[in-house]
Amino acid sequence: MADQARFTELAMEYMPALYSAALRMTRNPSDAEDLVQETYLKAYRAFAGFTEGTNLKAWLYRILTNTYINTYRAAKRRPEIADVEDVEDLYLYRRLASTGGGDPGRSAEDLALERFTDDDVKAALESLPDAFRIAVLLADVEGFSYKEIADITDVPIGTVMSRIHRGRRALQKALHEFAEARGLVGTSPSAAE
Amino acid sequence: MKEEVGTKKETGPPDVDCVEAVHQLYHYLDGELTEERRKAISYHLDLCGSCADAAGFEQELRVVIANCCRDRVPESLKARIAEALHLEAERGAGTGPGVSDPGGS
Repeated sequence: MADQARFTELAMEYMPALYSAALRMTRNPSDAEDLVQETYLKAYRAFAGFTEGTNLKAWLYRILTNTYINTYRAAKRRPEIADVEDVEDLYLYRRLASTGGGDPGRSAEDLALERFTDDDVKAALESLPDAFRIAVLLADVEGFSYKEIADITDVPIGTVMSRIHRGRRALQKALHEFAEARGLVGTSPSAAE
Repeated sequence: MKEEVGTKKETGPPDVDCVEAVHQLYHYLDGELTEERRKAISYHLDLCGSCADAAGFEQELRVVIANCCRDRVPESLKARIAEALHLEAERGAGTGPGVSDPGGS
């Protein structure tokens, strides 16, 4: 049996990151809490097999991701692979930059970026299908490398790259739709205050 | 937004055009290029204002995404997990029904 004190000492600091990821995965606070608890229990039980000095954070994320996919997604009977539509490079940048800003000192796209609320960004992220959402989450929120994400999600590195890049572009399109719906872009330039 | 670098030098990084720079931008920002490619893209961004703007925007967007996803852990969850691990440790210490299930199945 693993050393509980040692496990606690090493693993607890990752709880905020794991909880945030769990929220984006399950889109539901109650499921997110259950998922994080289950992750910690599984990690604790398997801790004897973990080699100290290797990547504990990635190991915890691997357990979190697998538990989510095997338990929560299976329960909801979501399709295993849903796709995102192809979106061109620099989708958001090109649209925001072309709308014109009101402040001469600041670029239109930077101003628009500041106006997105946390809820806009979370909703855009949560609108992505599982595989793309998880890849973007691991890359952009947690800063894992392509190789680490391949290990965490058990898919080839080429697939990881494709999911991250296409997921990011789909996220940009979703953000742009929120911005349009809220009148942050596409309105008259004088609306910039 | 085509801004060709123009002159090709004998030494220094190979020329990269805007299409290629934009195409490799994610790899570049992710730190996933070889040193040679990284230098080539970096060189292009130094010379091309529009690509540098776009790169700055993509970088900024990533920060926005990362910052929005820092949810606070409820105190009740911390307590629940501490309690669950404590119970698990006691079970493993010999009072429970024996071998735990490693990693789940």
